[in-house]
Amino acid sequence: MADYTPSEMMVVRAARELKNGEVVFVGIGLPNVACNLARRLEAPELVLIYESGAVGAVPDRLPLSIGDPCLATDSISVCSMVEVFNYYLQGGLIDVGFLGGAQVDRFGNINSTVIGDYDRPKARLPGSGGACEIAIHAKKVIMVLKQSPKSFPEKIDFITSPGFIDEANSRRKFGFPGHGPSLIITDFGVYGFTKNTHEMILQEMYPGVTVKDVKANIGWGVKVSRRLETTVPPTDEELRIIRQDLDPGRIHLR
Amino acid sequence: MSSKVVTMADAVREHVRDGDTVVIEGFTHLICFAAGHEIIRQRKRNLVACRLTPDLIYDQMVAAGCVRKLVFSWAGNPGVGSLFGLRRAVEEGIPRKVEIEEYSHFGMVARFMAGASRLPFMHLQTFEGSDLPRKNKNIKFIRCPYTGKRLATVPALNPDVAIIHVQRADEEGNAQIWGLMGVQREAAFASKKVVIVAEELVSGDVIRADPNRTLIPGLIVAAVVIEPFAAHPSYALGYYDRDNDFYVEWAKVSKDQAGMERYLAEWVYGLPGRKEYKEKLGTEYVKKLEADNRPSGSVNYGF
Repeated sequence: MADYTPSEMMVVRAARELKNGEVVFVGIGLPNVACNLARRLEAPELVLIYESGAVGAVPDRLPLSIGDPCLATDSISVCSMVEVFNYYLQGGLIDVGFLGGAQVDRFGNINSTVIGDYDRPKARLPGSGGACEIAIHAKKVIMVLKQSPKSFPEKIDFITSPGFIDEANSRRKFGFPGHGPSLIITDFGVYGFTKNTHEMILQEMYPGVTVKDVKANIGWGVKVSRRLETTVPPTDEELRIIRQDLDPGRIHLR
Repeated sequence: MSSKVVTMADAVREHVRDGDTVVIEGFTHLICFAAGHEIIRQRKRNLVACRLTPDLIYDQMVAAGCVRKLVFSWAGNPGVGSLFGLRRAVEEGIPRKVEIEEYSHFGMVARFMAGASRLPFMHLQTFEGSDLPRKNKNIKFIRCPYTGKRLATVPALNPDVAIIHVQRADEEGNAQIWGLMGVQREAAFASKKVVIVAEELVSGDVIRADPNRTLIPGLIVAAVVIEPFAAHPSYALGYYDRDNDFYVEWAKVSKDQAGMERYLAEWVYGLPGRKEYKEKLGTEYVKKLEADNRPSGSVNYGF
């Protein structure tokens, strides 16, 4: 078995979550690599939709941005962003939305806007982009981000995109069409959400990771599943595709 | 109809005024860097700059002190990281404090839809459960009069001027785009004036031979600038590729204000226009970005 990095494990785990034929709203960075890995392995008929308007994209290089030219060439349709957001996303056609962010809380609410106070920011982040509406409309949401006490604090500085909002799952009160976050994939393992309190619960750990490592890198006493599993490490084939084809310059998996 | 073709310098001088609300749209594709550079060169001030994704060109305009306020939905360097010029302005007031008004992409799209339709607002289902409405009082909620469902609303956005880069246009401003279209059509129809910047000038017959590709009609266009390579380091599908290396490199160039100013001095203030910019990059550099040949099939418009 070849050596692999935590980022590669994250990408591989995210790719395995995608089912053939699903319609995926693809984000930039690691999710982008994951979707294109899935398309080359178990899910060749994955329908990739990018918020830039590319529908059924078949990128033959890894797009640095979600508006890369390779997304338009050979796609099924190129539409305006009016159509992407109104007809595809709000129209209920998206099965899986991928989101990342700087901070996530236990209910899967995401901050990609600001660290510190909004009006006197310690660090200004890019903002929502399409994340807020993806969080609301995609049938399920998968998050991919690295884990530390800073990125998973007790309380996040700003809610850009709603997860379950609170332990009562206020999504239901607001009538969101999407069911909310289903998985959070970090560089330590994989979290699901409890049925009753809608909070993160550790379901899988990567080989070599301990519960102590996980707990030292999250801002609250996170729940751990009684049926905790160890994630199957990346195969040689998965690593080969990532390293040779998808990100040879190590831009996304740095 | 007479020709609307003018130079970039004349178009910016006449159509972009200090204090204007300006949109240079283009979602990754067809972002008119040349227009942004001309705005910087002409030292336009107090602009309200609107765009879904401010990108590197607004980063430069902010760092050059042209912008009073930014209206946006995602301000970053895609796939790379931060826009440091913008962060310096927002976090530290360098070179001046820039006010921000922030939406999501869908929110900005809806603002342009309302603007283009000359409606006062647009309703949409997003923002609920987010802190964005708490920080932006322009985001409101209403009850649907038919179903009672709660919906978000955003006000129309009607910029003073839209600058839209396209692959080809005729001299009346009938403009054709292929590849990613972003929200350019809506931004153009929403604006009081439209400046078209085209890679290539074509005859009206070329436009009429393929009318489905016309995104923006000359009807709403005030001026046409013919400026090849005007989108670099963004791209024009079928003409030249996105210069991804430039975007990656930009993080280093713009990391501090001194580096940013060196760039502006050398590549913006130090050059008269896009032609010289392209020459300065060099034929070898430009050649590497040249698009390969992938023509579409043609269809029969006969009846």
